[in-house]
Amino acid sequence: MSSVNYNVLGLIFASMHDSYVSELTKQRTMGSIPFGGRYRLIDFPLSNFVNSGITEVGVITKSNYGSLLDHLGSGRDWDLARKKGGMHLLPPYSQTGGIYKGRLDALSNMWGFVEHSKAQYVILSNCDVVTTIDFNPVLRQHQETGADITLIYKKSHYDCEKDKCSTILEFGDDNTINDVLVAPQISGECNQWLDMLIINKDFLRKIVFDASSRNLYSFTREILQNKNSEYKIMGYEHKDFFVRIDSKDNYYHANMMLLDTETRNSLFKKNMPVFTKVGDNAPALYGLESNIKNSLIADGCIVEGTVENSIIFRGVKIGKDTVVKDSIIMQGTKIGNNCSISSVIMDKNVEVSDEGVLTGTKNCPFYVDKNSKI
Amino acid sequence: MYTKKNVVAMLLAGGQGSRLYALTKNVAKPAVPYGGKYRLIDFPLSNCTNSGIDTVGVLTQYQPLVLNEYIGNGQPWDLDKMNGGVHVLPPYESQAGASWYEGTANAIYQNMNFIRRYDPEYVVVLGGDHIYKMDYSKMVDFHIANDADCTISVIDVPLAEASRFGIMICDEQNKVIDFVEKPKEPKSTLASMGIYVFSWKKLEKYLIENENDANAKRDRGEKWSKDFGKDIITSMLRDKQRLFAYEFEGYWKDVGTLDSLWEANMDLLSPSVPLDLYDPSWKIYSRSNYMPPQYIGSNARVENSMIAEGSSVDGSVDFSILFDGVTVEEGATVDYSIVMPGTVIKSGAVVEYSIVGSDCVIEGGVHIGKSPEQVENRDDWGIAVVGHNVTVSGGKSVEPKQIIGENI
Repeated sequence: MSSVNYNVLGLIFASMHDSYVSELTKQRTMGSIPFGGRYRLIDFPLSNFVNSGITEVGVITKSNYGSLLDHLGSGRDWDLARKKGGMHLLPPYSQTGGIYKGRLDALSNMWGFVEHSKAQYVILSNCDVVTTIDFNPVLRQHQETGADITLIYKKSHYDCEKDKCSTILEFGDDNTINDVLVAPQISGECNQWLDMLIINKDFLRKIVFDASSRNLYSFTREILQNKNSEYKIMGYEHKDFFVRIDSKDNYYHANMMLLDTETRNSLFKKNMPVFTKVGDNAPALYGLESNIKNSLIADGCIVEGTVENSIIFRGVKIGKDTVVKDSIIMQGTKIGNNCSISSVIMDKNVEVSDEGVLTGTKNCPFYVDKNSKI
Repeated sequence: MYTKKNVVAMLLAGGQGSRLYALTKNVAKPAVPYGGKYRLIDFPLSNCTNSGIDTVGVLTQYQPLVLNEYIGNGQPWDLDKMNGGVHVLPPYESQAGASWYEGTANAIYQNMNFIRRYDPEYVVVLGGDHIYKMDYSKMVDFHIANDADCTISVIDVPLAEASRFGIMICDEQNKVIDFVEKPKEPKSTLASMGIYVFSWKKLEKYLIENENDANAKRDRGEKWSKDFGKDIITSMLRDKQRLFAYEFEGYWKDVGTLDSLWEANMDLLSPSVPLDLYDPSWKIYSRSNYMPPQYIGSNARVENSMIAEGSSVDGSVDFSILFDGVTVEEGATVDYSIVMPGTVIKSGAVVEYSIVGSDCVIEGGVHIGKSPEQVENRDDWGIAVVGHNVTVSGGKSVEPKQIIGENI
């Protein structure tokens, strides 16, 4: 196989589950939520495709996608500004008027794009699951088993109190999936679907048109739940780290997980770089009395104070005698001198003047809106 | 099809940089890393883009692989253009035979056809080994306002240092009267920065004349050269052409030696040095390598330093510049040093007053460099240097002024 695989089309739903993180999606969509110091959530699925040699990718938008378009541009930073394939933005609209309702509805609306592709297989991915995955072994397994659909899942701990939009898969004797539960009232080790799947294009066409004719729109309900005895739906077990962003608190914890070296090594692999929009910032600069412990710090920051257990995005300024602890500080935010910031999610371009004090708790971090002045 | 460009820049990037020794063994000097994430050539390329010059020829010769790969299609500097953009111009073979570039003037002479395609009014000639931010368009405006044939950018240097530079002697209107290369007794403190604006038709004429003259001298067995400062400027002065000095105020640093490369990096840590890399209106662009943010660990002590993406620090870093992907393990110390991309400083190693090249491994118990205070005779002090891809094994030390190019 060549390094580019034209036989697979990637589709990313950039706006799935926006409402779960309403604070962060006030002025943006799921795919453009900042994550991990220098990324947006869509960087992960895009990079997964590119690193798997899949260079024809459609990005399906829904609402509030201004910041997403700004981030993606022509797709150049992901090497997806291509003549053959490349990244395509697919604006939302529904044949019945208004914005699409579910995955099947969305696919039916933009089917022309899928049809036009020469690819035989389609991989669907959302943006709210952060993981690094090579799709090539998934494709191989899908081809070997002759499945109609292969769902990518991971065995991991599920807690119905915390994991609000997880889908749990259950397998029958023949290793096909025979039950699919959305946010069931159970807890313990489960097969959690990563909202990623591979499907034959011909099969996808059939179910999309069939659903459209019956006015059905939910892929999970109509296909995975109602048709799992009729179709051959298999699972592919992903072994590496994943985290789902389905609430503000989970968003906070997901970021904090990156302070663990093992997690970082699982997400940022040497041969699978995570691409993002290039910022052309100078390296981070630390002042004479800076004191940094257990933190991720991006380029372009100027830090003169103390930072502990925090994620600091690009171009953040932290003044003298200021202490930032257990916090996420997004791009371009400026924190003055003598401030105390603890357990806070500070959105982009916030300005905190000298002596400012903001405190949340680790279980319920305090969220500060984009462009606020404090 | 080529449309006319008012200004074309020619960047001389073929230099070996022999005084950077181990650091330029396999890379041309303009590709030497600087400032945590840059290479020297990022400065003139970014200055071109920020000055509105979108057509740049880069003349390469010595060890061009890394440099060519780094420039690529010029996209990081916004120089991937349908018309214009950045073009790497290596020496080539023609019907008359193949020829290496025989000096800076000859390098441009051999690429006159590249310039002619764009039919420019002015040609800006740049070097690839200086650190500075400069708006070349203002210099071109100055050139036009003076109706000059050639404008040379100069900087006022301390008298004590003037004999290291090419010195311009000017009248009150900044018109150049004389030019002396490295004078023993300098009559002025205006040093040439190696940045020229020429009216193209004039430059073309002098390049051809100089080429013919030099070849004739060579045929007669006489001494000949094909250099900008030595030949083109001197001939233009002799012919009473209009040469002007454009005085530049701001940070400008020549990084021709290991000591000056170290100093130029350390300058970035000094608040009194007027080189702002954080100014969004004049960014210095570079090719990104897509690394995650840097991780500063729980045992780390990081002060007064510049650290780039992908680095991981759990030791002590003070007054230092760490490039991308550098690891400083717990119990390792890096002081007053420059550590280039991908290098690992292991637990128990001490690196001070040093430059460590890229992808090195400095094992525990190694001591590299010394502070000036630790050296009895001040003349024996200098920075210690470890070249690229070198492993320094446990217990070994690298003394001040020592340069290591192979594993020890």
